[in-house]
Amino acid sequence: MSTQVQKPPAADIDRPTRLRLYQLMVELRDFEQRAYELFLENLVRGTSHLALGQEAIAAGYAVAMRADDYTFCTYRGHGHTLARGASMAAAMAELLGRGNGMMHGKGGSMHLTDVKHGAMGSYAIVGAHLPIAAGAAWSAQVRKSGQVAVCFFGDGTTNIGAFHEALNLAVVWKLPVVFVCENNQYMEYTPIRSVTAVEHPAADRASAYGLESILTDGNDADVMYDIARQTIGKARAGGGPSLVEALTYRHGGHSRGDPAKYRPEAEVREWLSRDPVKRYRERLLASGVSEAEVNEIETRAQQKVDAATEEARNGAPATVDEIERQVWSDGSAKWRN
Amino acid sequence: MAELSFREAIAAGIAQEMERDPLVYFIGEDVGAAGGVFKATVGLFERFGPERVRDTPISEQAIIGAAMGAAMTGLRPIAEIMFSDFLATCWDMVANQIAKTRYMTDGQVSLPLVIRTANGGGTRFGAQHSQSLENWGMAVPGLKVVAPSTPADAKGLLAGAIRDPDPVLFFEQKSLYGVKGDVPDGEHVEALGRAKVLRDGKDCTIVALAAMVPRAMAAADRLAADGIEATVVDVRSLVPLDTRTILAEVRKTGRLFTVEENPRLCGWGAELASIAADECFDDLDGPIVRITAPHVPLPAADVLEDAAMPSTGRIVQTVLRSMR
Repeated sequence: MSTQVQKPPAADIDRPTRLRLYQLMVELRDFEQRAYELFLENLVRGTSHLALGQEAIAAGYAVAMRADDYTFCTYRGHGHTLARGASMAAAMAELLGRGNGMMHGKGGSMHLTDVKHGAMGSYAIVGAHLPIAAGAAWSAQVRKSGQVAVCFFGDGTTNIGAFHEALNLAVVWKLPVVFVCENNQYMEYTPIRSVTAVEHPAADRASAYGLESILTDGNDADVMYDIARQTIGKARAGGGPSLVEALTYRHGGHSRGDPAKYRPEAEVREWLSRDPVKRYRERLLASGVSEAEVNEIETRAQQKVDAATEEARNGAPATVDEIERQVWSDGSAKWRN
Repeated sequence: MAELSFREAIAAGIAQEMERDPLVYFIGEDVGAAGGVFKATVGLFERFGPERVRDTPISEQAIIGAAMGAAMTGLRPIAEIMFSDFLATCWDMVANQIAKTRYMTDGQVSLPLVIRTANGGGTRFGAQHSQSLENWGMAVPGLKVVAPSTPADAKGLLAGAIRDPDPVLFFEQKSLYGVKGDVPDGEHVEALGRAKVLRDGKDCTIVALAAMVPRAMAAADRLAADGIEATVVDVRSLVPLDTRTILAEVRKTGRLFTVEENPRLCGWGAELASIAADECFDDLDGPIVRITAPHVPLPAADVLEDAAMPSTGRIVQTVLRSMR
């Protein structure tokens, strides 16, 4: 395969954007770590899938998106939802099953959605949201709204039919949608390479849809921001879809109960050394941003997560009268007269 | 009134709504220049153009997923699944995504979309192109389920489904496509969730859906010759279900028969029987009887398919046996 990892971009990303990228990554990192702590306290019920280590992809794209663009993500979607500006307290409260949760406790960790911020949903059946994102892009296309849909998914998704159906339709209809594969190397507990016909599960299949093969360093926020600008710009200009494969790594297991013992220690060490947050911090300092400024960003992020946690924990449990609400557009669950 | 075939009435219903609302779009396999494999959408492509009437690849997940994504962002799409049997290939989209997203997001998302599909037997197509699958939809909270029996309802209920703010599975029984009937002139829209009493009789109530409605009506004629006066109710909409109308008729006659094209287990009639047993037990003068296909995949050969599907003769015999 001739697929090559793309080179880092020229240094044309301005300072406020870089600070914003770092701020977002730190916030997402701190939120996920807090979610994990609350899980250990048995306050997060059900399951949760953390994106620790994958922050550069969410931040890079979110910063490059227009406020009315659409994000579609997976059950590993806390970061993508928050990156669009969704309330951290409402997200945390949803994880805790509280009445002040983002969906009043009816969705849970795997379905965070905040439509008013363009976070069009976290989808928990692998592959389902790719055709749905294509549909949102179709709607934007025919409404001539200039909106772009960005759809994030894992490497495992590339082996399900919906991936291929969505890509084909998006190309045939030239839809303004960007498909971003977050290749964190593992399909749940199984190395993606051991179950996939090609080395790069998304990039090596791009040619099947007449698309450019794009393989990027998903742990570099500048690279991700740059590719986001390019692919979103292309979509918005009527150039059709892109398929991006971003190489990254989950710092933890697949879901909350998974210690990820199946991963070789050397591999984990190697990827931790490429931690996108630490790496970006060093780059900021090297580029002349002061230690004080970086510390300030980190302190503010901690405070934001603390405040969100406090607000979430103080929320009352979800109320049972929610059960029969909002099946239908009239707000009810009525199926007979 | 104009006399239209069921298939012409479908096209007329879509055209009426596309004319009225520029946000209505229609997608599916072979729906464009070909006019649909059942010719139920002839003329739409020429009238509304390739952007609003759009051919898709054979990608049912993409068709239904695209309809969902479009519905949640401002369009009112109609998506066609050529045969209802193919819903199995995109049931995740229908049952997990479309049905649940409004609820899970606590109302942040609305999904005003219609999935039209050719349903049911009578065409000798065999078990994978003949199923009567309304029950699949009925079993999933968040889906409305409609199945018309006449050209007038094909147009009116389809228009009602397109205007409905929630997702609707619209089942078109394919052996009805050639049936002709009067359709009101001008704008014709029927609200969902209303059953229709087609015939009034004092002795028993026969409740039927889609292609079973004309058979129930024919059976009622024959029963009258045997001295049994049957009420016939066309359910029309399984979700929402007009239990008020149906139970009122059951109370009047004291007997309930359901005629269902679907295989035996968990048919819509079972739910109706349960509700009737629960709420009008004291009014019943005899057992509730379900007339269904046997619990088998539908066979292809004409003699086998005809014998498997509830026929007029089987309805008559079942009612006579039970009423004596």
